[in-house]
Amino acid sequence: MIKKFDKKDEESGSGSNPFQHLEKSAVLQEARIFNETPINPRRCLHILTKIIYLLNQGEHFGTTEATEAFFAMTRLFQSNDQTLRRMCYLTIKEMANISEDVIIVTSSLTKDMTGKEDVYRGPAIRALCRITDSTMLQAIERYMKQAIVDKVPSVSSSALVSSLHMVKRSYDVVKRWVNEAQEAASSDNIMVQYHALGLLYHLRKNDRLAVTKMLNKFTKSGLKSPFAYCMLIRIASKLLDETEGGHDSPLFDFIESCLRNKNEMVVYEAASAIVHMPNCTARELAPAVSVLQLFCSSPKAALRYAAVRTLNKVAMKHPSAVTACNLDLENLITDSNRSIATLAITTLLKTGSESSVDRLMKQISSFVSEISDEFKVVVVQAISSLCQKYPRKHSVMMNFLSNMLRDDGGFEYKRAIVDCIISIIEENPESKETGLAHLCEFIEDCEHTVLATKILHLLGKEGPRTPQPSKYIRFIFNRVVLESEAVRAAAVSALAKFGAQNDDLLPSVLVLMQRCMMDSDDEVRDRATFYMNVLQQKQKALNAAYIFNGLSVSIPGLEKSLHQYTLEPSEKPFDMKSVPLATAPITEHKTGTTTCCRLICTGKLPEKLAPSRQDIYQEQLAAIPEFQALGPLFKSSEQVQLTEAETEYVVRCIKHTFARHMVFQFDCTNTLNDQLLQKVVVQMEPSESYEVTNYIPATSLPYSQPGSCYTLVQLPDDDPTAVSCTFSCTMKYLVKDCDPNTGEPDDDGYDDEYVLEDLEVTVADHIQKVLKANFGAAWEEVGDEFEKEETFALASVQTLDEAVGNIISFLGMQPCERSDKVPENKNSHVLFLAGVFRGCHDVLVRARLALADGVTMQVTVRSSEETVVDVILASVG
Amino acid sequence: MHSPILGPSLYTVKAVLILDNDGDRLYAKYYGDGYPSVKEQKALEKNIFNKTHRTDSEIALLEGLTVVYKSNIDLFFYVIGSSHENELMLMAVLNCLFDSLSQMLRKNVERRALLENMEGLFLAVDEIVDGGVILESDPQQVVHRVALRVLQSAKEQIKWSLLR
Repeated sequence: MIKKFDKKDEESGSGSNPFQHLEKSAVLQEARIFNETPINPRRCLHILTKIIYLLNQGEHFGTTEATEAFFAMTRLFQSNDQTLRRMCYLTIKEMANISEDVIIVTSSLTKDMTGKEDVYRGPAIRALCRITDSTMLQAIERYMKQAIVDKVPSVSSSALVSSLHMVKRSYDVVKRWVNEAQEAASSDNIMVQYHALGLLYHLRKNDRLAVTKMLNKFTKSGLKSPFAYCMLIRIASKLLDETEGGHDSPLFDFIESCLRNKNEMVVYEAASAIVHMPNCTARELAPAVSVLQLFCSSPKAALRYAAVRTLNKVAMKHPSAVTACNLDLENLITDSNRSIATLAITTLLKTGSESSVDRLMKQISSFVSEISDEFKVVVVQAISSLCQKYPRKHSVMMNFLSNMLRDDGGFEYKRAIVDCIISIIEENPESKETGLAHLCEFIEDCEHTVLATKILHLLGKEGPRTPQPSKYIRFIFNRVVLESEAVRAAAVSALAKFGAQNDDLLPSVLVLMQRCMMDSDDEVRDRATFYMNVLQQKQKALNAAYIFNGLSVSIPGLEKSLHQYTLEPSEKPFDMKSVPLATAPITEHKTGTTTCCRLICTGKLPEKLAPSRQDIYQEQLAAIPEFQALGPLFKSSEQVQLTEAETEYVVRCIKHTFARHMVFQFDCTNTLNDQLLQKVVVQMEPSESYEVTNYIPATSLPYSQPGSCYTLVQLPDDDPTAVSCTFSCTMKYLVKDCDPNTGEPDDDGYDDEYVLEDLEVTVADHIQKVLKANFGAAWEEVGDEFEKEETFALASVQTLDEAVGNIISFLGMQPCERSDKVPENKNSHVLFLAGVFRGCHDVLVRARLALADGVTMQVTVRSSEETVVDVILASVG
Repeated sequence: MHSPILGPSLYTVKAVLILDNDGDRLYAKYYGDGYPSVKEQKALEKNIFNKTHRTDSEIALLEGLTVVYKSNIDLFFYVIGSSHENELMLMAVLNCLFDSLSQMLRKNVERRALLENMEGLFLAVDEIVDGGVILESDPQQVVHRVALRVLQSAKEQIKWSLLR
């Protein structure tokens, strides 16, 4: 009958599609002939093809109609036409989720899977496993085990792959087939070997020892399948990563030996695995890089692409390792596949010398419009890291970026450009004005609210400090006239900053503010009114507190405190100081290394404000009754390791500081599978006048399940300058031996203890980082009432960079105005630090550093509280 | 931020697509739940087609996915995987699909011939990829397992040529 259809087609012209005008209802109507006897295999086959075609086109089938068609289809099992039967299996799989009662075909499928026809058996197994749930799986378990070790490869592969699909649903049943899978792994057929290895790994992946054994076995015996080799390489590199195994481990040797495999797929997988290993040295990378170099001249585009993409990743961390390939990469610049050309150029930009930059930039601008957004982002990021390397090239880059900014492109792409321009502005003060001008031009026609507000914020911050602040006002006020609410509000805030900083602009800004107060949006009006009133006071301190340096509290924390306040009405006004402070954002600039991950997670980053780490701790601690009276959490430290890695018990400590107390949270993990620990506490012996008031034990600590215990310490009230202290710590617990397999503990146990490393509390634990966007204003705001100054000689430090780093980590304060970056070839530097001392006292530090035979440092401290100043100076000395 | 070492897994293929030279779907099979709705799938197909139909460059990176492709006369074949995936593995799947079809259609890989043998295509893809796992990569094996249909039509061919 198919031929009949063909004939009709030929009449209606050769290009037409016989499936083009299919109507679902008509096809389902036709499906009635499934019930005719005798069965006409040809016609039925064609109708099944139509049904699958419709499903494939995304046509929606209702449950009733699908079920009806499905039941009619089951009759076709009476026919012995092979293709028809195979199409029945496909229909079953396609309809498994749409139709009801699909399990009705179980017995037919079971019959086929154990029957004599080999062509039926594999597909029947796969169809059967698709419709089987964990309860019914037991019934066919025996057949599955036989099928896994069947000598026909298609049967064995089908059974293995279906088992793998079912691991998610019925782990416990599939787990019992390990021995069969093991046997299949030594099969001669390459695909069976691959599937068996995959299944074995998925069953054992939580048992590191078993994985290690499996790896040893297969790396020794060798495999036939290139796919299986790739899998083995991935398992090995994951294991290396987890165990932090050194590169002298046999696993690394195995991966390296795969570089000499005769299959390209395996060689590439091995090279890629080596490149992705953390802390690989240039020497270890060399063999991987040289095989990738060979691939660069392959006639296969996919191989060239894979090679240059991986080399690009190497270049991010070890540009020098890739320089050997520069010649090969040069040849790829003109590759007809633009993705390859782009990757080659961006790699060269990372490895090449400063002199080649101009030429490469010209090359890339010739085809930048042809490549996809993903790669445009790669280009922008390459430029960004280049600017850090060769700051003198910023004018070329800035030009290029502004051209890209004018072109079409999606949000991710524009955001990458804007981020890049902003980072250039921050790195190179001389590029500030051109950069701001480009950005101003961009927001004139910008559809992305997020970017517009971001740029307006930047204008507000940087604009007032340029020689000609007035020229930005026009751009900003245009936004107030033309844009959506969010952008208008941001523009008003930016305007206010100009008014606060530039006295001669103040009258005009006030006029503009006046107009904004007539805005249709509440937020815009509120902001305008607020700023208007602050500005009219003409007081520096007010400007600093309310315009330059906004709230420094954590937003979720504020929300919670306000909610609490409304629940318990009181006479007292709401106290801002009861709100936990925001932890300073981590502003690490790792533009180079983020390129690869940006490339991957394009646009899928969550934009929503997640509660910070500290908010989470605050909630966890508040849930413990003993800690409820302590007040808001002031600061949580980073984790401190109190044990060596690879010991029986792993203990990490987090120090939580409150107004008058400290809580030490010990996260303990028991790595012995034959022990159950109970009533775990960490006993602490302070060296100073600190007083341990309470221990909260972790009730039970089974194998590999982390648990926390807490120790509460009261800070000395009488001596506020006692900020540092050393604690000796001992973990005490009750041990119960248990069966490693079942985890069943013995009834009685014995007390034991384990000595941990000493824990230090330093001045940094009492200070929370706060970012003051305008340090000068904040400095004036605090005033010189409690100002003290002292000079120190830092004999052991050789460079300014080192000195700055030491001071920041010692005091635990936030560097402001990017003063943590020391310009090159300078002999002196000023570091600005801001923070809040325990008890909510602002504290600011200005450290002038001079380099001459060691570093001399003059420290000036200002705070709202005298003792705080003393504490800081005392601890520095 | 961590190095994207792939978790060892057999789930390699995210989708297999065949589009015609207008970018319309002739065949599409998605594995996993990356593109659950038809609307998202069609959007992806449109994007892929726009980016690839003018060049014969074999490989591209789109929406964080690695796409390997091949075109023949009026057909476009695509195999899609994660951007961390070994590109050569995806290529192996694409080649296997194309070579199997080429044999089944007696080197006549074009839209019309494919549409006349849709069931052969359905069965072939079913033998090559199962739920995202590469089931077979050798076109000979695939053709052998789908075999019946080709033999039948070979017989028919002779019959028809005799009748003519």
